[in-house]
Amino acid sequence: MSKVFDVNKIRQDFPILDRTINGNNLAYLDNASSSQKPRDVIQCLVDYYENYNSNVHRGVHTLSMEATDLYESARGKVSNFLGATDPNTVVWTRGATEAINLVAFSWGFKNIGAGDAIVVSQMEHHSNLVTWQLVATRQKAELRVVPLTENQTLDMESLADSIDEKVKLVSICHASNSVGSINPVKEIARKAHEVGAKILIDGAQSVPHMPVNVIDLDCDFLAFSGHKMLAPMGIGVLYAKQEILESMEPFMRGGDMVLEVWNDKATWNSIPNKFEAGTPNVADAIGLGAAIDYLTEIGMDNIRAHEIELTDYALQKFNQFEELDVYGPTDTSIRGGILPFHSEYVHPHDIGTILDQEGIAIRTGHHCTMPLMRSLGISATARASFYIYNTFDEIDRLVDAIEHTLRYFSTGKK
Amino acid sequence: MLGSGLDDLYQEVVMDHGSNPRNMNRLNDPDSTAHGFNPFCGDIVDVDLILNREGNDIEIISDIGFHGKGCAISLASASMMTEAVEGQSVNQANKIFADFHSMVTNKNVSLDNYNNLGDLEVLSGVANYPTRIKCALLGWHTLIAALKRDTNTVKTE
Ligand SMILES: Cc1ncc(COP(=O)(O)O)c(C=O)c1O
Repeated sequence: MSKVFDVNKIRQDFPILDRTINGNNLAYLDNASSSQKPRDVIQCLVDYYENYNSNVHRGVHTLSMEATDLYESARGKVSNFLGATDPNTVVWTRGATEAINLVAFSWGFKNIGAGDAIVVSQMEHHSNLVTWQLVATRQKAELRVVPLTENQTLDMESLADSIDEKVKLVSICHASNSVGSINPVKEIARKAHEVGAKILIDGAQSVPHMPVNVIDLDCDFLAFSGHKMLAPMGIGVLYAKQEILESMEPFMRGGDMVLEVWNDKATWNSIPNKFEAGTPNVADAIGLGAAIDYLTEIGMDNIRAHEIELTDYALQKFNQFEELDVYGPTDTSIRGGILPFHSEYVHPHDIGTILDQEGIAIRTGHHCTMPLMRSLGISATARASFYIYNTFDEIDRLVDAIEHTLRYFSTGKK
Repeated sequence: MLGSGLDDLYQEVVMDHGSNPRNMNRLNDPDSTAHGFNPFCGDIVDVDLILNREGNDIEIISDIGFHGKGCAISLASASMMTEAVEGQSVNQANKIFADFHSMVTNKNVSLDNYNNLGDLEVLSGVANYPTRIKCALLGWHTLIAALKRDTNTVKTE
């Protein structure tokens, strides 16, 4: 039993956890890809479409005003959740990927030039690597990739060496989706600011799992996705400091982002609307607000503590598998609830298929981090990842199933 | 104690070929080589061929070797493929590929239709695992590219 909170009670809030898969209870251990949704969030969407559905910002009728209020109040919830001082620093996007691209197009192309440098790390998700490859190539800037230590934490010495006067942006994940390492982003932000660079934190794997305060971290940009934190797919957030947002050009053009339009020119709306062209994803933004209410009720500190318990337990259980390589730091104070493993004898896909027969959902593959896989000398891993509703029992099932799989593949017998 | 449903996927013959792949060696001076890649999982298969024309001008696969990194299904399938097509004419190899492709992509077709595939029938279970079909086909697509002397990397996606 978890010492932190009553997991069984939480599980009852997630209808999908009642499902059976191939005759077994679902053990959903693929949370780094996407989380499940509690009834409150699902119901919030139904409630919105049944009672408030309308386009926002442009209507004088009651529904439109109510929808606008709900939508803007969700923005306020995000702002509070992040410890931001002004809801207008919260820009809705489709997810972390779009948020990073927004920064690249609206800020990067204007502020990064020939001879400048961008710093990322070897553990970045493709969204925070390929995007900066584009900016670097087009602007003739240098893309510096900070290597990892032997237990896949960020090599802080190399990082310090990489951050010099040429650097205009450090763009780095708070927690790695692939190896679980948590980066000291507050310290990295300080280093970036010392040379006058900005810092973008990819919070896709941290905001759902631990307290994240943008003022405390002093980050310039923070990107994350709703669907990994109990909210619907298709909604995400870019937080940025107000003065930076003010200075940025729009990302996309269209309705709502303009103030006044002539045949040949237009002026821009104020932030954040300047970055929100077109009809926004109203329902899912409100859904993210509901997810934040749910998470806040449980408490982000408690969620982090629960995941540390699960991860410590799982890491200790995995010690029995001599034939498995487990990646990432063993110190769970600098590790998220992510457990990637690899065996020379069984391919991750075979593991994934066999676990699926047992109702255990994990992810196998490169996890959108191909360069990281290459640096580890492998092409794929199997990855279990935890969230608030996971239990020790599910980890036991995972461990048993892996044991059977390894035995089956080493002896060919069941 | 693997789930019983898995036995039709990981049949003994499949496990045997997966752990001891046959013809897993590069050929010296091949007449054709192709490179296959599954970006979804990172699996790779390279196929080398020695092709000879016989008296009646029929092109024969007189030797085949492969090299690969991948899951049990992709290695077993490539290994069994090399045994199935070695010594066959190019036309016959294309025909075997067409039948094999049909078998692993159609789960409701009776195995009686695939009697000519011999041992390869043990891979029919793949049809019940849609996410694994590409694993089973990677080596085959690479073979077909090698037969066409297509040097572009074959991708399953
Ligand atoms: C660390 C990290 N960054 C960015 C992303 C991209 O998120 P999305 O696909 O929701 O835009 C992910 C999602 O897997 C991630 O784990």
